[in-house]
Amino acid sequence: MGLDGRIAEWRGFVQQRDAIAADVDELEAHLRDQIEGLEASGLSPDEAFLIAVGRLGQLDALSREFAREHSERLWKQLVLDGGDEDPRSRQLWRRGHGLWLAVLFAVAGAVLVKLPWLIAGQDSLQALVRNVAPLLLLAPAGYFLRCRRAPVRTTISVLVPFAAALVLLNAYPFAAGGATVVLAAGHAVVVLWLCVGLAYVRGDWRSDRARMDFIRFTGEWFVYLVLLGLGGGVLAAVTASVFHAVGLDATGFITDWLLPCGAAGAVVIAAWLVEAKQAVIENIAPVLTRVFTPLFTLLLLALIVAAAVQIAAGGGLVDADRTVLITFDAVLIVVVGLLLYSLSAREGNAPPGWFDRMQFILVASAIVVDAVVLVAMLSRIGAFGASPNKVASLGLNVILLVNLVGSAWLQARWLWARTPRPVAGFARIERWQTGLVPVYLAWAAIVVVAFPPVFGWV
Amino acid sequence: MRIGKDLVAAAATPMVLGILSDGESYGYAILQRIADLSDGQLEWSDGMLYPLLHRLERLGQVEASWGSSPAGRPRKHYRLSPAGSAALAEHRRQWSVVNDALQRSWTSRNGSFAPAGA
Repeated sequence: MGLDGRIAEWRGFVQQRDAIAADVDELEAHLRDQIEGLEASGLSPDEAFLIAVGRLGQLDALSREFAREHSERLWKQLVLDGGDEDPRSRQLWRRGHGLWLAVLFAVAGAVLVKLPWLIAGQDSLQALVRNVAPLLLLAPAGYFLRCRRAPVRTTISVLVPFAAALVLLNAYPFAAGGATVVLAAGHAVVVLWLCVGLAYVRGDWRSDRARMDFIRFTGEWFVYLVLLGLGGGVLAAVTASVFHAVGLDATGFITDWLLPCGAAGAVVIAAWLVEAKQAVIENIAPVLTRVFTPLFTLLLLALIVAAAVQIAAGGGLVDADRTVLITFDAVLIVVVGLLLYSLSAREGNAPPGWFDRMQFILVASAIVVDAVVLVAMLSRIGAFGASPNKVASLGLNVILLVNLVGSAWLQARWLWARTPRPVAGFARIERWQTGLVPVYLAWAAIVVVAFPPVFGWV
Repeated sequence: MRIGKDLVAAAATPMVLGILSDGESYGYAILQRIADLSDGQLEWSDGMLYPLLHRLERLGQVEASWGSSPAGRPRKHYRLSPAGSAALAEHRRQWSVVNDALQRSWTSRNGSFAPAGA
């Protein structure tokens, strides 16, 4: 076999390593330089090839080194994860061990989520609302603590917030049907999800890279959860109709057992799927952002035009009721989500392209929309006084506005930089986003802990 | 003499930035240059250079572009950016402090300036 043949074979072998595959051209150029140098010193082509490949380093070590730098590729596989473990245990781990662990924790999650029903009785909606966040997220947190073999310190700092949330949400004397109980439960989801993230990154919350990995994980976990949810919906519908056909009513079973337990299990199984099937979803993630970023940009531009027409007609948005404002908040969350999702899937070293400009338009129009919503919200508070719901959505809005303005500013500097240093600019955008994670945590914690007493438990 | 792994790793970034401050270069040539500069005593595994170059590229300290070798093969060239020059200057300051301190500690132990109790 000639040298070119050997190099082609080597290329094929290297390309199976996802962490290196994208840089195989550069490595091949290096290999050929090295071979040329060795041949010049008198070696035969075959000898030169063998020595050159040897000097490049063992593929395992090389992949790990590349993966460390390109953690967006690492995503596809767990090179780093098993790096310092006994290779035999890693093998075992990969062969289905992970699945059994996930199933175990999924079952545990399903049991946990039924606890308030079993303890407080069938129709205690209050007990359910109060406990759903900690009980639903305890299983994925436990799953990651176990499969990452988290140190004791990390385990404690993950589990303490769960215990605190359970105690607070049950001990607070919430008024029945009040807004603060719903707000607290909803924001507890954010706080505790970030605790799941702490378990996910094995306590390494200071690292920007680790935070970005968790953001990426969250996006893909959400996609899997939606897919599992769709399947679950079909299952529920089929169950209902077949039992109806034989004259039995299964709706009670579906609403009391199938849906809550299925949802709790899906939370863990989706997390396992993200870890196990990374190559599959990875092809979907960039596609989804590329499909929906232009569509959401159009939506926001249409929204701006509609708002302008409305205001020009003398209507104004002040009379817009609360649900409209909450809808706008949801739209902005989706925009930030899209932004995060595409940032996390992006190859950091690539120069800016049309998609990045499109994203800038998306962010810029979101800022305009956010400003409109903010004005409307402030005038609502001015007219009708502050309520927990209004203050909570105001706070959320301010955080989103800060996020979007900061992103737009950094994006603009990156896209239209005079000195060509786009790569560092992109790293700055990433750091801005990962730096905001503690802000979300702080705000959500405030809503959980401080809002109920401040607003008198209503 | 074999230089320890940690020291090689610590010297890697300033070494690469320093070599690039002489002008544009590419992976294989950089490794050759390191071997020349250290009389073959600094041993790098070839594959480790590229992750380092990519990290410097991401940090904006070097810029990369694809060109071709004299033989017409594609080749990725790296050159220092203004941020890289600044980083190199900072590395040099830090290394000279370390170097001076080490020198002083060694001369004081062997020579005339031995402090009391040493």
